[in-house]
Amino acid sequence: MDATGTLVEVLKGEGPKVLATLARTIGDLAVAEDALSEATITALDAWPRTGIPDNPRAWLAVVARRKALDLLRRESARAAKEAAAFRWGTGAAPDQIEEAIEAMEPETSLRDDMLRLIFTCCHPALSREAQVALSLRTLARLEVPAIARAFLVPEATMAKRLVRARAKITTARIPYAIPSDTELPGRLAAVLAVVYLIATEAHAPTGGDAVARVDLEAEAVRLARLLASLMPDEPEALSLLALLLLTSARTRARTDAGGNPVTLADQDRTRWNRAAIAEGSAWLSEAATRSGGVAGPYQIQAHLAAAHSTAPSWQKTDWDRIVGLYDLLGSITASPVVALNRAVAVTERDGPEAGLAALKTIAGLEYSHLWHAALADNLRRLGCTSDAAGELHAAVTLAPSEVEQRLLQGRLRTVRSELG
Amino acid sequence: MALYVALCYYDRDQPWDSVPDKESTPEYTEFARRTTEAGVMRGGEALHPVTMSTTITVSGGKGGDVLVTDGPYAEAKEVLAGYFLLEAADLDEAIAWAAQIPAAWRGKIELRPVAPAHA
Repeated sequence: MDATGTLVEVLKGEGPKVLATLARTIGDLAVAEDALSEATITALDAWPRTGIPDNPRAWLAVVARRKALDLLRRESARAAKEAAAFRWGTGAAPDQIEEAIEAMEPETSLRDDMLRLIFTCCHPALSREAQVALSLRTLARLEVPAIARAFLVPEATMAKRLVRARAKITTARIPYAIPSDTELPGRLAAVLAVVYLIATEAHAPTGGDAVARVDLEAEAVRLARLLASLMPDEPEALSLLALLLLTSARTRARTDAGGNPVTLADQDRTRWNRAAIAEGSAWLSEAATRSGGVAGPYQIQAHLAAAHSTAPSWQKTDWDRIVGLYDLLGSITASPVVALNRAVAVTERDGPEAGLAALKTIAGLEYSHLWHAALADNLRRLGCTSDAAGELHAAVTLAPSEVEQRLLQGRLRTVRSELG
Repeated sequence: MALYVALCYYDRDQPWDSVPDKESTPEYTEFARRTTEAGVMRGGEALHPVTMSTTITVSGGKGGDVLVTDGPYAEAKEVLAGYFLLEAADLDEAIAWAAQIPAAWRGKIELRPVAPAHA
């Protein structure tokens, strides 16, 4: 990693921690956000000249506090925020590091502040869109243009979304708090869903800047790591990290040199990231131990990802286990997409006749290109080439993106050539 | 502490005369008692059904023609049936109280923070 890369990594790692505590002590997340942004700009200017300080978090904390104080003073000239501003006195200079270290929060209190920040960003009173945007801006420290690019919305739209979300936190008084034990399961599920959504967006083939999407995947893994470190006793948090590591291990092999998507069956498995697979598997076994045999949806999905990531080839995959895992997943989250993936595994385990029968029992996927493509695959294996071509034609028409259209068109050409 | 208005919405087609109706009266009494004891209740009223509503518009700006029409402003499926004014420390506390208003299970509650009046 080059010097700028290291610097950005440090800022991304320490920034949210500084923000989490600052938001609590000044009681205003929006002001804390602005203050940290200014402190980050100061660091980006100063650190290349002075080197990264020995204690970058303390440095950032001092500068951000001073900036927050300035912001509150400016505001208090207009509004009645004087009390908050004067409680602060004058800010410390960034070279007064010793003083800052003393003022720094102990680790346990920092952990609570980070949890407060996470649960506030993912509060159910905010829309899912706003939760995702806030999490990427506040927790992952992504800049607004990068978030806008990744979600294919104009920058102004994304900026407005963030402003509105912050305004709601302040105006409706969304508390800066860790949920109570009774609320925790539901609230944690929302947090995990946000990180999962960021990861799936990274893999979504529906257009978008490819580079921005790889970044998004790295951010999702980073956030999952953060959640796992803050909540090491929550099996689903560990499972989500395992799942994202196991899936992101395959990212390099997911496209060919020409940028075309490569399906799991055809991927060059030597290009998979073995270290990520090993780490993901380790987190998964930790999660399985902690859950005491009651696997949640993320754990089951992580088991599925592990079954694929550790298989020597598509043919030598343990399809019986995969069908079993999809049965389990379907029993807790019934969804046609789960049923579709199960049917694909049934084809591999029991043959195309069984696969076709399984596909035909699924309702609600008439407009899914994946369903038609799966039907085509089974029909082709059964020798019904003409029917297979028909289904592939439907799949091409329904494909949501150009890359997928190209992939399916290629298959259609092959099937048509078999027709003669 | 912050003030929130809990707007109580009922299904338009649901037969109700006013909130609380006869069936839910004891539930509302219970809610009013508990919130009053907790110092949360700052007021509230039930409204007559929207068939009793009159909508007023002044056209062409202040002092213009007064236009009066029968019925509610918006032809919505859910109609405003009443409100409570609640004082709570934050949104989570307000949500916890709002979830105890009978309209939360008989209809829907919309919680809105009250904007302080400008001096």
